[in-house]
Amino acid sequence: MFEILEKERIGPGVNRAVISAPAIAEAHRPGQFIILRTTDNGERIPLTVADKNVEKGTITLVWQEVGSTTYYMGTMCVGEKFQDICGPLGAPTHIEKFGTVVGVGGGIGVAPLYPITKGMHDAGNNVISILGARTEGLLIMTEEMRKVSDELIISTDDGSYGFHGFVTQVLQGLIDRGQQIDLVVAIGPVPMMKAVVNVTRKANLPTVVSLNPIMVDGTGMCGACRVEVGGKTMFGCVDGPEFDGLQVDFDLLMKRLAMYKGQELIALNNFRDTPRGCQCTFPGGA
Amino acid sequence: MSDQQAKPAKKPKVPRQKMPEQDPIQRAHNFYEVALGYENDLALLEASRCLNCKKPSCMKGCPVEVDIPDFVSLVKAGDMIGAAWKIKEKNSLPRIAGRVCPQETQCEARCVVGAKGKNEPCAIGRLERYVADYAAIHGDGKLPEMPKATGLKVGIVGSGPAGLTLAGALIKKGVAVTVFEALHELGGVLVYGIPEFRLPKAIVRAEVDELRRMGVEFKTNWVIGRIETVDDLLEKRKYDGVFIGSGAGAPLFLKIPGENLNGVYSANEFLTRANLMKAYMFPQADTPVAKGRRVVVFGGGNVAMDSARTSLRLGAEEVTIVYRRTMEELPARSEEVHHAIEEGVKFELLSSPLEIIGNEQGWAVGIKLQKMQLGEPDASGRRRPVPIPGAFYEKECDTVIVSIGNAANPLVPSTTKNLETNKWGNIVADPETGKTPKDRVWAGGDIVTGAATVILAMGAGRKAALSMIDTFKI
Ligand SMILES: Cc1cc2nc3c(=O)[nH]c(=O)nc-3n(C[C@H](O)[C@H](O)[C@H](O)COP(=O)(O)OP(=O)(O)OC[C@H]3O[C@@H](n4cnc5c(N)ncnc54)[C@H](O)[C@@H]3O)c2cc1C
Ligand code: FES
Repeated sequence: MFEILEKERIGPGVNRAVISAPAIAEAHRPGQFIILRTTDNGERIPLTVADKNVEKGTITLVWQEVGSTTYYMGTMCVGEKFQDICGPLGAPTHIEKFGTVVGVGGGIGVAPLYPITKGMHDAGNNVISILGARTEGLLIMTEEMRKVSDELIISTDDGSYGFHGFVTQVLQGLIDRGQQIDLVVAIGPVPMMKAVVNVTRKANLPTVVSLNPIMVDGTGMCGACRVEVGGKTMFGCVDGPEFDGLQVDFDLLMKRLAMYKGQELIALNNFRDTPRGCQCTFPGGA
Repeated sequence: MSDQQAKPAKKPKVPRQKMPEQDPIQRAHNFYEVALGYENDLALLEASRCLNCKKPSCMKGCPVEVDIPDFVSLVKAGDMIGAAWKIKEKNSLPRIAGRVCPQETQCEARCVVGAKGKNEPCAIGRLERYVADYAAIHGDGKLPEMPKATGLKVGIVGSGPAGLTLAGALIKKGVAVTVFEALHELGGVLVYGIPEFRLPKAIVRAEVDELRRMGVEFKTNWVIGRIETVDDLLEKRKYDGVFIGSGAGAPLFLKIPGENLNGVYSANEFLTRANLMKAYMFPQADTPVAKGRRVVVFGGGNVAMDSARTSLRLGAEEVTIVYRRTMEELPARSEEVHHAIEEGVKFELLSSPLEIIGNEQGWAVGIKLQKMQLGEPDASGRRRPVPIPGAFYEKECDTVIVSIGNAANPLVPSTTKNLETNKWGNIVADPETGKTPKDRVWAGGDIVTGAATVILAMGAGRKAALSMIDTFKI
């Protein structure tokens, strides 16, 4: 179980793996995530399922190397197995025919956005996707996204590809051109989601965001994943991961995500001292 | 000793035998078990105190009615393995119960030796623990003889004491059993909540392994309500019965300002990080936990004691339990309170939290408290704490652990058709049989009663097993 069948590097420090997990593939709905452990002493980390294939019994995960677990995963090869994968978790995306849905994906956030976009597209929506990254080399899954979007707009902060600027500017452009928009779905780094909401709030557009708080069990048992939405405390793992973006306290989320920064660095350094850690590639000397 | 065995003394001359423990100063810094257990001679001495009453009232204090005088007689006769089997007739997890049961309010509270208050009751729990450990180490490890398969199959949601007890009882009747567990480890609160120093995880693992050897199938990482529903188990998978033993686990918070600051944990999260995820081994194990220097725990139950004592072991310099009433009303077991005090846990009594104070980075740096006094008794008979007007004060801290109880986790009830819940979200089931109004579905343990005890959960598992056996006519 949980064997890696395919793995590739799709960007600097960004990996994609196809993993055998038939039961999860079958039950999974867009928007849901899994929690995995690499080894017996591993931590439990949540990752959104980027794609699945029910016939083949596989799920696809996309991750960026940021901490010891994701770096460790970067060193895992085809044929290696995960210790545990628990899922699907979280409430599925509410998918129906809204009309025109704009999906905004920033950086690695394009991966979780993909199954939602596909679902919205299959439900008959007019789907406009805005994908953004710092620079061209960091853009991921553009071809997959193109296939499930009626219109695809790409932006890079440095102008190396597509529109020169931020996804929020592209979104503002759509609003300014009088585009009818019935729903915005934004997934990406917290500052990006916050910026998107600042735009949609002014235009009074319903906005769904997918939050990635720190989690432990993922079943509502611990409360590690607390987020504040509309002044109320909610559990990201069971009440979410998707919430009404206009109501989310993003500043709190950012602070909570930084809770273990110190320990994460210790864990990463510790990992680099292991045989796996020193032979693995640390792109850019991360 | 031998003449005491021959004719039990009317008045026990032997005092209640203490169980050896790790030195408090030493143990406050390690995760090894606090209580070390009896040696053979202590067990024999303690057993000699049992009067072997004709009408044993101790048994009535035991939620699963272990044949206490019978097993103690076997101890007196030196047959420790026989004694362990005697207990196992009613309680399949005696190594666990012997460690975590509140015997002082159950069997030992009814013991005739202790009845008049002159003598202390016979230490039934310590004896249970001793013989169960003895049998695990010296027994032949043989499994009971297994009956022929009946062709029936039962699905169990949750691997806590309720689910494990039921699994054991049914497999011994030839029913195929699959246990579905959300987490990656089996045992429920026994592995994620109760700390290693009170209940070593190796013991839980050994009990689970025994069930596995008997043929129980375990599926971990399997969240019922997400990957499959109870209705899927019944309809698609054609289970003859499903038992829901998913526990209480949904932590309550105080709903005071600052509760989402960094450094504020639910007891569940704190203990799960420390126990299940082995944060005490960080960075050898990957999961971190905030290592507070000054830790404050809100609440006065066993879970609060466990959180406080775990904090000490993780290296906290000062750990304070904040409780609204006084020492007398503390709901925790007296033994746990005593252990906590010995290890250096402080108590801030008649005090109620109003606010958690944070800094710019979003970390807890202190708490604001309200001084209380005891007023008139409330419905439960306990004197109600009432605020002293204007008596506010602050206390510095960097970690806050909220341990004020758990609500029912709605995941299973909300995804199962026609399952009744009460106003607290607990599943409605017959207390005698565990049967729910929904066809082929039973439930028991904390998900039915609200947060209770290991032995009550085991009792619920046992009752549901008997009811299923009766329903299936096996
Ligand atoms: C810190 C702590 C200390 C305690 N100390 C004591 C003590 O000393 N003595 C004592 O008697 N009692 C103690 N208790 C209480 C005792 O542990 C519980 O009453 C008992 O464990 C309840 O058993 P249960 O089988 O009902 O549920 P649990 O032990 O809670 O087990 C339920 C299991 O179901 C799983 N589950 C939940 N939802 C799903 C789902 N949807 N799908 C699949 N699996 C699911 C959970 O992950 C869990 O493993 C303590 C509790 C805590 C939290
Ligand atoms: S991760 Fe534990 S409750 Fe959400």
